[in-house]
Amino acid sequence: MGAARKHEETIAGWGNVGVPGREVLSERLEPASAEAVLCRGLGRSYGDSALPPPGAREVLGTRLADRILAFDPESGRIRAEAGLTLLELNRLFLRRGYFTPVTPGTQFVTLGGMVAADVHGKNHHVAGCFGSDHVRRLKLRVADGQILECGPELEPELFYATCGGMGLTGHILEVEVDLKRISSPWIMGESRRIANIDHFLEALKDASSRYPYVVGWIDCLSRGKKMGRGLLDAGRWATPEETAGKALPERPAITFPVDLPSWVLNDYTAKAFNSLWYWKHLPKRREGLRHPDGFFYPLDMIRRWNRMYGRRGFTQYQCIIPEAAGRDGVVRFLDFLTGMGGASFLCVIKDCGPESKGTLSFPMPGISIALDLPVRPDTQKLVDALNELLIAEGGRIYLAKDTFTRADDFRRMDPRVERFEAVRDRWDPERRLRSAQSVRLFGDPA
Amino acid sequence: MRIAILGGTQGMGRAIARALVERGDQVFILGIEPEELARTAADLQARSPSNAPVGYAHCDLGDTATFAAALDAAQADLGDLEGVVVTAAIFATQEAMEADVDRAERLLRLDFTNTVVFCEHARKRLLARGGGTLCVFSSVAGDRGRKPVALYGAAKAGLSHYLESLDHKHHGDGLRVITVKPGFVKTGMTAGLKPPPFAGEPTAVAKTVVKAIDRGSPVVYAPPIWRWVMLVIRWLPRFVMRKIGF
Repeated sequence: MGAARKHEETIAGWGNVGVPGREVLSERLEPASAEAVLCRGLGRSYGDSALPPPGAREVLGTRLADRILAFDPESGRIRAEAGLTLLELNRLFLRRGYFTPVTPGTQFVTLGGMVAADVHGKNHHVAGCFGSDHVRRLKLRVADGQILECGPELEPELFYATCGGMGLTGHILEVEVDLKRISSPWIMGESRRIANIDHFLEALKDASSRYPYVVGWIDCLSRGKKMGRGLLDAGRWATPEETAGKALPERPAITFPVDLPSWVLNDYTAKAFNSLWYWKHLPKRREGLRHPDGFFYPLDMIRRWNRMYGRRGFTQYQCIIPEAAGRDGVVRFLDFLTGMGGASFLCVIKDCGPESKGTLSFPMPGISIALDLPVRPDTQKLVDALNELLIAEGGRIYLAKDTFTRADDFRRMDPRVERFEAVRDRWDPERRLRSAQSVRLFGDPA
Repeated sequence: MRIAILGGTQGMGRAIARALVERGDQVFILGIEPEELARTAADLQARSPSNAPVGYAHCDLGDTATFAAALDAAQADLGDLEGVVVTAAIFATQEAMEADVDRAERLLRLDFTNTVVFCEHARKRLLARGGGTLCVFSSVAGDRGRKPVALYGAAKAGLSHYLESLDHKHHGDGLRVITVKPGFVKTGMTAGLKPPPFAGEPTAVAKTVVKAIDRGSPVVYAPPIWRWVMLVIRWLPRFVMRKIGF
C-alpha cells in the first residue's frame, strides 16, 4: 500500500487536455452521489463533459458500480448500475444472442455515459439514440438529494432532458434498457472504396436503405475531384446459415505505449496516413463475415490510441450538416476544412435519421461529420471558424466531443438550450450539478 | 466447484464470485447488508450461463457469533462446501489509526483475530468433508514491517503466518490453503487513495486468484509483479528501510 501522494493531480477527457482535479471511485452510487457535482464513467468523452468545474475539483467515478440488477432472457430487458461498461455487456451477452440497441464507436463507455451523451451509432437512421429511443427507466439522484425513477412515461420532461443532458440534470444511478435479439454474433458486412464526395453521399443513402449499420470514412485532406473520397462500411447481423455455427473468438488488443511527440502528427503524416488508409482497400467492393469488434469498434483494438496526439492532446469536432443544407452544404464544409489545412486522421461521416426526443440529443436529419484535430495554438480559431460556418448552415455540434466551442456560438446553433435550462431551473435552480463543460457553455457558477 | 465467499458483495470478493459463476461454478455470498447481498446475488445470476440463482446469508466480520450460522447456510444451499474464500477486511491509513487507537484496535481485531476465527470455522467444515480449498486475502503489507502500514501490515503479517501454518499442518489432509497477497487494487476499499505504480484492476486480480485456486498454489501475489517487488523489499537492509518512506 503506498501512501497517497500530495502533488497536484489532473484529470482529462479522452482528448488528453487536463484540468486540476481527481476522480473518486465508488462501488455504491447511492451514498456516494449525495455530495457529488458530477458523475464520470470511463472518461471517453473527448472534451470537458466529464471534468469537474474549477470550484469542485472532484468527480464521482462510476465504473466500479457495475452490477446487473435484473435480466430477463425472454424480453432482453436489463437493469444495471450506471457504471456497467459496454465492453462487459458485450462480453457477457453478445454470444448469448443479445446486443445493445445502439452502440457508439467504442466499447469503453458506461451505460450512464451512453445515456448522458444519448449516444448514436451506425444504425442511427433506423434505431435513433440509445437513451431517448431505447432506455425504459432511469434511477436518478437529482440536485435536491431525492432519488427518483423516470422514463418515457414517468417524469418524461426530466427523462428526456437527462438523455443527452451530459449528467447535468441528475446523477444517473441505474439504467433499464431493452437489449436486442441478434441472429448470430457475426456481422455480414460490405465495404466499398468511393472516389469522391458526390458518390459518397449517394452511396450513404443507398447503403442506409439496405443495411441497419452504415458508416463512412473520408479523406478530408484531398481536394478538387478527389475531395471526399473514402471507404464506406455497411453491415447487418449475419444469419445462422451464413455463420455455419462459427464461434466468435476473442480479439487481441495492443496498447499504444507512450505519448508521441506532438510534431509527429503533421499535415504530411496525416496526408500519408489518409492515402494509405484509402488504398489499403484495394478492391472496389468487399463482402463477407466480420467480427463485430472490428466492425463496430476498430479503434478499440489499440488501447490508449489517444497517446498518438502527444501531450498537448487533441479534440474532436463532430457536427451535423442538416439535410436542408444538402450536398452543397457538405461540400462547402469540406472545402472550408481543407482550405484551413486542419490535418485530421480519420474523418467519419454518417447519414443521420430523425431527431430523437432527447432535449439536447445531438443527431438530426443530415450528414454527421467527425474529425480529430490535434491541439495547436490555433485550434480555438479553427473551431470558431468551423462553428461560424456550421451556424450559417443550421447545424450543430456534439457535446460529448467538444472542448472549444464558445457559449454564444453554442446558443446560436442550438435553440433547444432554453428548454433544457428550463428543466434545470425546475430541478436544480442553483446549478449544483455542473461540469467544466457546463461552466464553459451554459455559464454555470464555477 | 461450490464455494462460499465472505466479502462477496463488493470489491475483490465480488470480482472473484463473478469469475467463478461465469465459468459455471456455484457460489454463495456472505456479507453484512441484506440489500447489497441481494443486488450482488442478482448480478451473479445474470452472469451465470445457466441463469442460476445465487444464495446469500448475513455474516459480519465484526461479530464472530455470525460465523457458524453463515457457513451452515452456505453448506445447506450449496449442498456441499468445497471451498471458502475470504476477502472481507477493513482498511485505514496509518495516520488515521495513530490518531485513533479505537480504530486501530478494531482493525487489528477484524483483520487478524476475527479473520482467523472465521478460518477456523471454515477449516473444520472443510476437513470434516475430507479437504477443500481455503483461499484468504492477506496483503503484501504483511511481508515486511514498513512505515506506512505498521498496524495494517502487522494484522496481515499475523494472518499470513497463521495461513502458512495451516498449510503445513493440513496439506496432507487435503486442505489447500491459498494465501493471496494483493498489492494495491483499485476497489472501493482503496477509493480515497492515489493508485501507486503496479496498481491492479479487480477483474485481472480475480483471474489470477481463480487460477491459484484451480492449481492449489499456496501463495499468490496479485498483480504478479508484486512477488518481485516484495522480494526486493524483504531483502533491503534495515538502514535503508529507516530512510525510505515506502
